[in-house]
Amino acid sequence: MADTPQSGPAPDVPTRLTTADGKPLKAALAKAQAAARRRAFLLVLPLLAFILITFVVPIGQMLHRSVHNEGFAVHQDIGSGVRTPIMTNLRDWFAANPQGTEPDEVAYEALVKDLVVLRDLKAPGQAGTRINYERSGSRSMFTKAARRAKKIEPPYKEAMLELDEDWADPELWQVMRGAVSPYTSNFYLAAVDRERDAAGDIQRVNENRRVYVTLFVRTLVLSILITAMTFILGYPIAHLLATLPLRYSNLLMILVLLPFWTSLLVRTTSWMVLLQSQGVVNDLLVSIGLLSDDNRLQMMYNRWGTIIAMTHILLPFMVLPLYSVMRPINPSYVRAARSLGATSWTAFRRVYFPQTVPGIGAGALLVFILAVGYYITPALVGGADGQLISNLIAFHMQKSLNWSLAAALAALLLAGILALYWIYDRLIGIDNLKLG
Amino acid sequence: MAKTSTADAFVEFERVQKSYDGETLVVKDLNLTMPKGEFLTMLGPSGSGKTTCLMMLAGFETATHGDIRLSGRSINDIPPHKRGIGMVFQNYALFPHMTVAENLSFPLEVRKLGKSDREAKVKRALDMVEMGAFGNRRPAQLSGGQQQRIALARALVFEPELVLMDEPLGALDKQLREKMQFEITRLAHELGITVVYVTHDQTEALTMSDRVAVFNDGVIQQLAPPDALYEEPSNSFVAQFIGENNTLEGVVKEINGDVALVQLDDGELIDCKPVNVSQPGERTRVSIRPERVELNKERLQPGAHTLKAEVLEFIYMGDIFRTRLRVAGNDEFIVKTRNAADQVRLTPGTQIDIGWLPRDCRALDA
Repeated sequence: MADTPQSGPAPDVPTRLTTADGKPLKAALAKAQAAARRRAFLLVLPLLAFILITFVVPIGQMLHRSVHNEGFAVHQDIGSGVRTPIMTNLRDWFAANPQGTEPDEVAYEALVKDLVVLRDLKAPGQAGTRINYERSGSRSMFTKAARRAKKIEPPYKEAMLELDEDWADPELWQVMRGAVSPYTSNFYLAAVDRERDAAGDIQRVNENRRVYVTLFVRTLVLSILITAMTFILGYPIAHLLATLPLRYSNLLMILVLLPFWTSLLVRTTSWMVLLQSQGVVNDLLVSIGLLSDDNRLQMMYNRWGTIIAMTHILLPFMVLPLYSVMRPINPSYVRAARSLGATSWTAFRRVYFPQTVPGIGAGALLVFILAVGYYITPALVGGADGQLISNLIAFHMQKSLNWSLAAALAALLLAGILALYWIYDRLIGIDNLKLG
Repeated sequence: MAKTSTADAFVEFERVQKSYDGETLVVKDLNLTMPKGEFLTMLGPSGSGKTTCLMMLAGFETATHGDIRLSGRSINDIPPHKRGIGMVFQNYALFPHMTVAENLSFPLEVRKLGKSDREAKVKRALDMVEMGAFGNRRPAQLSGGQQQRIALARALVFEPELVLMDEPLGALDKQLREKMQFEITRLAHELGITVVYVTHDQTEALTMSDRVAVFNDGVIQQLAPPDALYEEPSNSFVAQFIGENNTLEGVVKEINGDVALVQLDDGELIDCKPVNVSQPGERTRVSIRPERVELNKERLQPGAHTLKAEVLEFIYMGDIFRTRLRVAGNDEFIVKTRNAADQVRLTPGTQIDIGWLPRDCRALDA
């Protein structure tokens, strides 16, 4: 729906342009184009709705979930759908007492009352799980305490500590203080290996629990490495494709596209067949005597496996944009450069290469973004040190069921990609991107 | 086309052959010698081998056989960037990611000239093509004619002695083309450079060149100055290809020195100038230029002979009249007459007598 560039009447022209029957020209134009615009909008409406439902809404939901978790604030009955606020007494106590207040008898009384409510609602597991996200070992404390909640007599503090000494842990109280509000930034803190100490200040988590930052960095480094590898491998292929006569280049193009037509799983598992320590490549190297039998290369189930397999899988995403910018480059540019006195290397560097930059940008951005979010291949061939951040997101989605943390990790990943996109725009310019 | 290896030969092709597939020859036994400062045009239909010759001279194609020499030195094994030949391409080939000034500066940079030297030369070259104000533009922001000027300036900025042009004006409209034709010849003569110019446009070839090489089928059909080419075509291909031409077919009856008696297919006998007919009994095509035919009997000079003709069509073209006649069984016989005050305007169907001088009609190969 191109907005026709209709420059208005010049300011020094006193009368506005009108149609033959005296209507303002702009209004007449808008009216004339309104029907066409409506039709065009109806055509894109299904797509728009599709994108909205499958893309915008889930991302919005994910972003919401990363800061919102009501596991310690509201209980929703699965059968009836009735929503009951929980931990209300504790919430009131937290509201009345500032950060860092030692929990007194009143606080423990509130806790016990809330535990009773939890027990009635059969919800101690839910509340405990929410606390467990931030302080491991808490879930069993809640279920155990809730089971006996009705029998607990004052003084509550002593009774609770008798059940489990950990109830006096200031960190636990700090976590509960955060969790009574459904909105929290703690999942983001956790996603960058940070937590709040008893006083509410942000600190790094214990060394043995620092995983996410390392994984983010590893994901970044591996993705850059994979992008560079696809570029190094893909550039000559794309050049060959663009310069060969059509009948050869078509054949080559089929070879490039072949991986697209094969299942990702098949491709990944065939790399396993090739690269594992009893695999084809190692067997070959041993049989021709390059390797001794007890010295086989470990190319699989580590980060090399991830790099090799992902480079192969993502290669077409680099080749195709490159090919699409190389194909229309007239050979006479390089010839002109040569006739002007440039060696073939200078002609390539100064004349051919700069014209392929939009394709390099598009290919690199495509490969990089795909690599950053890649999941199945590292899961299959990555072993322990070839896992990427997406594997951890999947772990929190499927195994630990800490969806809020998964959402926070995913949101950080998204933010990182957007930041890179912005940097790319500043450095090279999105207008310079040519995807096809 | 005997090769004369003269001392002042600047560009020489000696027995050059070129084949792409090893089965057919695109260029067959090419011999050509150009003195310094000449403007030579290679003219011919597409596929006649003219562009291949240019590409061999530039170094983008290698000769399958034979020798190409520049200033007496064989350049067969010299890569294009060391030949020092300027070239203007059909699509201009201006580097789209560089400004006009950067484009012009490129050949100077690769020659490692200093910055101030480069700037001075770029400025001079831009002024030469009257594009001084456009140094900071990108090629895409220029019109076709402006791009053409820049391409020309870029090919000249490093002061080559030989400049090749591959149909440089093909993409321009008629008026601009005529203007650029003039500009290019002016520049070439002012700078004293040698130019090899490839085109399939005969007007361009005739108006610009010192000599024209007419190519067909990988062979130079005629190499001559434009006037000789037009007035004295040496075979029927050249006669047909250059300008408009009337052809009458017949058989040579006898040849006496520079007069050949030809019996046309309808029985008429005419005198012609024998060009490449050698003996009586040979079939021949007689070629007469349309403007050398006289429609007005009174104006005929002594010695002219006349033929009966029927007017088929009369076209008023402003400065000239174009009359289509039936002459000796040929329905496509064209006569061009100047729109003078006393010139008759013929109506179709009229029977008239036309005539021409025997020296204007040339008996060529059939």
